[in-house]
Amino acid sequence: MKQGCIIAAALALAIFLFLVFSGSFYTVHQTEQVIITQFGQAIGNPITEPGLHFKTPLIQEVNSLDKRFLEWDGAPVAIPTRDKTYIHVETYARWRIADPKTYFVRLRDERSAQSRLEDILGSETRNSIAKHDLIEIVRTDKNRQPLHDETIKGGQTGALGILPPIQYGRLKIEEEIKAAAAEKLAGFGIDVLDFRIKRVNYNPDVLARIYQRMISERLQIAQRFRSEGEGESARIAGQRDRDINEINSTAYRQVQQIRGEADAKATEIYARAYNQSPQAAEFYAFLKTLDAYHKIFTKDSTLVLSTDSDLFSLLKHTKTKGE
Amino acid sequence: MPEKPVPPLRPTIRPPTIRISWTAIAVVFVALLIVAGMLTSYYTVGAESEGVVLRFGRFINTVEPGLHFKIPFGVDEVIVVPTRRQLKLEFGFATQGYLTNPVQTGADPAAEKSMVTGDLNAALVEWVVQYRIDDPKQYLFDVRNPGTTLRDLSEAAMREVVGDRTVDELITIGRQDIEVEALARMQDMAKRYHLGIRVDQVQLKNVNPPEQVQASFNEVNKAQQDRENAINIANGEYNKAVPKAKGEADQAIRAAEGYRFKRVNEAEGDAAAFTAVLEQYLKAPEITRTRLYLETMSEALPETGQKIIVDESLRQLLPVLPLSTKPTDLSPKINGEAH
Repeated sequence: MKQGCIIAAALALAIFLFLVFSGSFYTVHQTEQVIITQFGQAIGNPITEPGLHFKTPLIQEVNSLDKRFLEWDGAPVAIPTRDKTYIHVETYARWRIADPKTYFVRLRDERSAQSRLEDILGSETRNSIAKHDLIEIVRTDKNRQPLHDETIKGGQTGALGILPPIQYGRLKIEEEIKAAAAEKLAGFGIDVLDFRIKRVNYNPDVLARIYQRMISERLQIAQRFRSEGEGESARIAGQRDRDINEINSTAYRQVQQIRGEADAKATEIYARAYNQSPQAAEFYAFLKTLDAYHKIFTKDSTLVLSTDSDLFSLLKHTKTKGE
Repeated sequence: MPEKPVPPLRPTIRPPTIRISWTAIAVVFVALLIVAGMLTSYYTVGAESEGVVLRFGRFINTVEPGLHFKIPFGVDEVIVVPTRRQLKLEFGFATQGYLTNPVQTGADPAAEKSMVTGDLNAALVEWVVQYRIDDPKQYLFDVRNPGTTLRDLSEAAMREVVGDRTVDELITIGRQDIEVEALARMQDMAKRYHLGIRVDQVQLKNVNPPEQVQASFNEVNKAQQDRENAINIANGEYNKAVPKAKGEADQAIRAAEGYRFKRVNEAEGDAAAFTAVLEQYLKAPEITRTRLYLETMSEALPETGQKIIVDESLRQLLPVLPLSTKPTDLSPKINGEAH
């Protein structure tokens, strides 16, 4: 029985020692940093070195905080920009606990940190967006020139295909919001790595008007294409008429030239033959007159002849003219 | 505990039993401890992964694929990270089935793809980001939820790029440019956020105007086709008419040339014939004239419908011309005055 008591006592001591021993060791994970509290009071420097650490058992407590960059997802904000366009903005930030002691004292846990981030970043976002035109929030690089589609180019396009100029741009606004918030958040031991506008969208009420504008822009381009088609088609038709007229008139000129030359040549040949001597000319006239009779005397004509004519010179007298 | 009621019939066996059982328990306990330690002191790292070893929560090193040993009982912890696997994120759409990682698809694809372009138009953009974990230590220890962080920065970067483009650039000509620019921005941000991730590729998927305005965008395409069509038809008309006119012009010119040959040849023929006849005429002009005159008259007069012969001495007596049913030529133009 005595032996049993000794064993029991030894076991109880072992358990007690184990509890004390294990209570005085703790591990700090690679992703963590630790604040040691004693009766709820933070003591000493924060432990940021990962590994096995020692503390006073039972009276000291380990409070681990994250050492990594943590996310903050901004609740969607619906606000008007300076140019009175209602937009929905979604933002995000990445932050970390830079001063664990201040953070632990002032916020204690991440839930209150998140709500503080929401308060500060959310209101800075509203302030900044209300101060700027929509285009400043949409665009980033003020020097960028848009590329143009060669098939769409040409003609008066108005504001189409043009990026409205900006003064600041999205990055500047994000920087501005971050800077304004960082100052306030530093008081909570929070360091903001980056603040970004994740999504910007038109308010559904505005969308109908935006769509209407987009449709009219597109229809305007379509009109121009159709008009260009008709114009080009008319130009080609004009070119066709011009070319045909040119071809026809050139041909007419050549034809007339050739025919004129032919007639001139023929006339020259005839004249040379008929005019080679006075007798020739007289003979030609004689022959042609006779030819003409053939053509003039037809079945329909009535011929009144005098007995004085050469043909009937023998009708009344048989003497020759000469006598 | 040992104080339990023992059957009184077998008192001799009791003490040795207790003594043996205590030793046995200790032996069994130690043996179990050793076996358990042995069973939990090795691990394997798959071929596409790397193992990150932590001792008491502190980073020790990374190990290559294969069989490895560690200190058991929670002293060493190993996290296996698939560093060689190509991972992907989808934005604006969600593929069903196999996912490369838990954050591959977003919670609200419709909100992800809705964007405002640099010319203040609305557009729907879908894209994919291909990435790999290239620094497992950073990936595990520098950022909480690196996958979600990559999603967030991808959306921000894509909207920055789209926000500097016109809707025409976005939909037609600027796609590649956008991919390149977005990739550069994402790589830069991933580095700044200590994600331990290398963004390999950004691919634009469907890029469309909002549904309500799609019809008008199609209308532009149709109008473009209409323009080409009108130009083609006009060119067709041109091609139909002009070559034909050229052919006809050539035809007229050839015909005129033919006419020239004909006129000249005929003239020369006529001239030759006349000269030949003239030569003979000049030998006996008087008789030839008379002969030709009488020949003509004897040929021509029978052809004439009506012949009236009037004598000078009967002038006062006007002849009554019988008017036939056919109109008659009364002109006295050839009243025997041929010469």
